[in-house]
Amino acid sequence: MDVTFQFDWQAAIDSIPYLLEGIPWTLLISFGGLAIGFVIGIVFGLLRISPITFLRWPAIAYIEVFRGTPVLVQVLFIFYGLPQILGGPINALTAGIAAIALNSGAYISEIVRGGVQSIEKGQREAGLSLGLSRTQAFRYIIWPQAFRRMIPALGNQGIVSIKDTSLFSVIGVGELVRQGQIYIATTFTALEVYFMVAMMYLVITLSLSFALRQIERRGLAGQ
Amino acid sequence: MNETTNTASRQTGEREPIVRMDKVNKHFGKLHVMQDIDLEVAPGEVVVIIGASGSGKSTLIRCVNGLEEFQGGRIVVDGNELLPNGKSGKSLQTIRTEVGMVFQQFNLFPHLSVLDNVTLAPMKVRNWPRDKALETARKLLARVGIEDQADKYPGQLSGGQQQRVALARALAMGPRLMLFDEPTSALDPEMIGEVLDAMRELANEGMTMMIVTHEMGFAREVADRVIFVHGGRIVEQGPPEEVFDHPRHERTQSFLSRVLKH
Ligand SMILES: Nc1ncnc2c1ncn2[C@@H]1O[C@H](COP(=O)(O)OP(=O)(O)OP(=O)(O)O)[C@@H](O)[C@H]1O
Ligand SMILES: [Mg+2]
Repeated sequence: MDVTFQFDWQAAIDSIPYLLEGIPWTLLISFGGLAIGFVIGIVFGLLRISPITFLRWPAIAYIEVFRGTPVLVQVLFIFYGLPQILGGPINALTAGIAAIALNSGAYISEIVRGGVQSIEKGQREAGLSLGLSRTQAFRYIIWPQAFRRMIPALGNQGIVSIKDTSLFSVIGVGELVRQGQIYIATTFTALEVYFMVAMMYLVITLSLSFALRQIERRGLAGQ
Repeated sequence: MNETTNTASRQTGEREPIVRMDKVNKHFGKLHVMQDIDLEVAPGEVVVIIGASGSGKSTLIRCVNGLEEFQGGRIVVDGNELLPNGKSGKSLQTIRTEVGMVFQQFNLFPHLSVLDNVTLAPMKVRNWPRDKALETARKLLARVGIEDQADKYPGQLSGGQQQRVALARALAMGPRLMLFDEPTSALDPEMIGEVLDAMRELANEGMTMMIVTHEMGFAREVADRVIFVHGGRIVEQGPPEEVFDHPRHERTQSFLSRVLKH
C-alpha cells in the first residue's frame, strides 16, 4: 500500500477568503453570548450566595441545568424546540447567541461565586467597620478584588465558549465550521480546509488569551 | 459578679458613658460566649481587655460595632442603641461611622494605594470632596509616621507600617471610640513598638479606646482600667495596678502568672 498525503497549500490558501466570511459570525455569537453571559453570571453568581434562600434556589437550579446539559442540546432546544412554544421561528443567530449566553452564564455564575467567596471576610468587616454600607463594601472593596481573581477563569470560559460556537453549524449559522463545510462540499479538500479552520480558531483564542494577560498584568500593577 | 467595681464612673463623675452594655448575652450554637456582660466605658477612658484564648475578648469588642450579633441584652454606643439578633436598623450604620476598629490582620484593602485606603470611607460615607479627604489622609499618615509611603500599596509595606496605615484609615472617619483586637499579635517583635507608640499617643490625646491585647507592659502603662474575661464573663476589673499586682480572683491570678512568666 502506498499512501501518501499531499497537503495542498494552494487549496488551503484558496479557502481563506471564504472562511473569513464565517469569522464575523463566530465572533458575534461568541462575544455577544459571552457579554450577556457575563451579566447573567454576575446576577446569578450573587444570587447563588445570597443569604436569602428563595433567591438562592432559582440560581442553583439555573446553574445546574445549564452546566449539566450539553450546549449542543441547548441550542437545538432553542432553535427547534422553543418555536413550538412561541409559535414562531427563532433566527439561527439569535438562537446561537442565546445558547452561548445561557451556557456561559451558568459557568460564569460559578466563577463569580468562587471569586467573591475567595475574598477574606476581614475585607468586608474592615469596610463595614468604617461605616460603608454592605453595597458600598461590595462595590469598592470586594468586587474589584474578586474580579481580578476571576480573570483567568473568565478567560478560560471565553475560550471554551468560542470553541462551542463551532457546534452551531448544525443550525445553519454561517460561522467558521459551517463555511468550511460548504466550501469542502464543492472542493473536496477537507484536510486543508479543516486545517485552516483550526488555525483560525487558534488565532482567535490566542488573541483572547493575550489580551486577558495584558489586562491581568495592568490590574496587578503596583501590588 | 459584683465584687468588681466600676472605676470609670468614679473617674468621670456624671458624664454619659460612650459604651454601655446591659446584660449582653451571646451564643455560638451551644457555646455561651458572652454571659450577662455589663460594661460601661467613659469618654476618654482606655480599657484593656485581657483573658485566655477563646475567653470571648474578640466577641465582646466586635459586638460594640455590630460585627457580631448578640441574642440578649442591649448595647448603647454614643446614644445609638444596638438590639439583639441584628435588629438594630439604622443605628448600626451610625455606630460604625463613629467607631473605628483596628484588626489583628490589618485588613487593609490590597487593591488600593495607602492613600486610597485612608480616603475611601471619608469620601464614600461622609461624602467629603477628594481634596479634603486627601489632606486629612496625609496629615494622619504623617501622624503615624508613614507619610512617605502614601502612594505604595499595602503589599509593599512591612507589617508594622500596614498596621499604622490601618490606624490612620480608622482615624480618618474621626471616630469617638476606637476598638483594637490584638493589633500587634500578627507583627514581628521588632515592629510591635512602633504600633504601640502610635496607640499610646492616641491614648494621650484623649481617645476613648477598647483594646484587646496580650502586651501586658503596654496595658499597665496606658490602661485606665483592665478587664479580665474568662468563659464569656467579666471576672475581674480595676485599675492596672490592682489587677496586675493584686488580682483577687484565682482565675486572674493563674492567667497572669502564666502570661507574665514569659
Ligand atoms: N463564628 C464563630 N462560630 C462559632 N464559635 C465561635 C465563632 N467565633 C468565635 N467562636 C468561639 O467563641 C469563643 C470566643 O471566641 P473569641 O474569638 O471571642 O475569643 P478570644 O478571647 O478573642 O480568643 P483569642 O485570644 O484566641 O483571639 C471561642 O470558644 C471561639 O471558638
Ligand atoms: Mg480574639
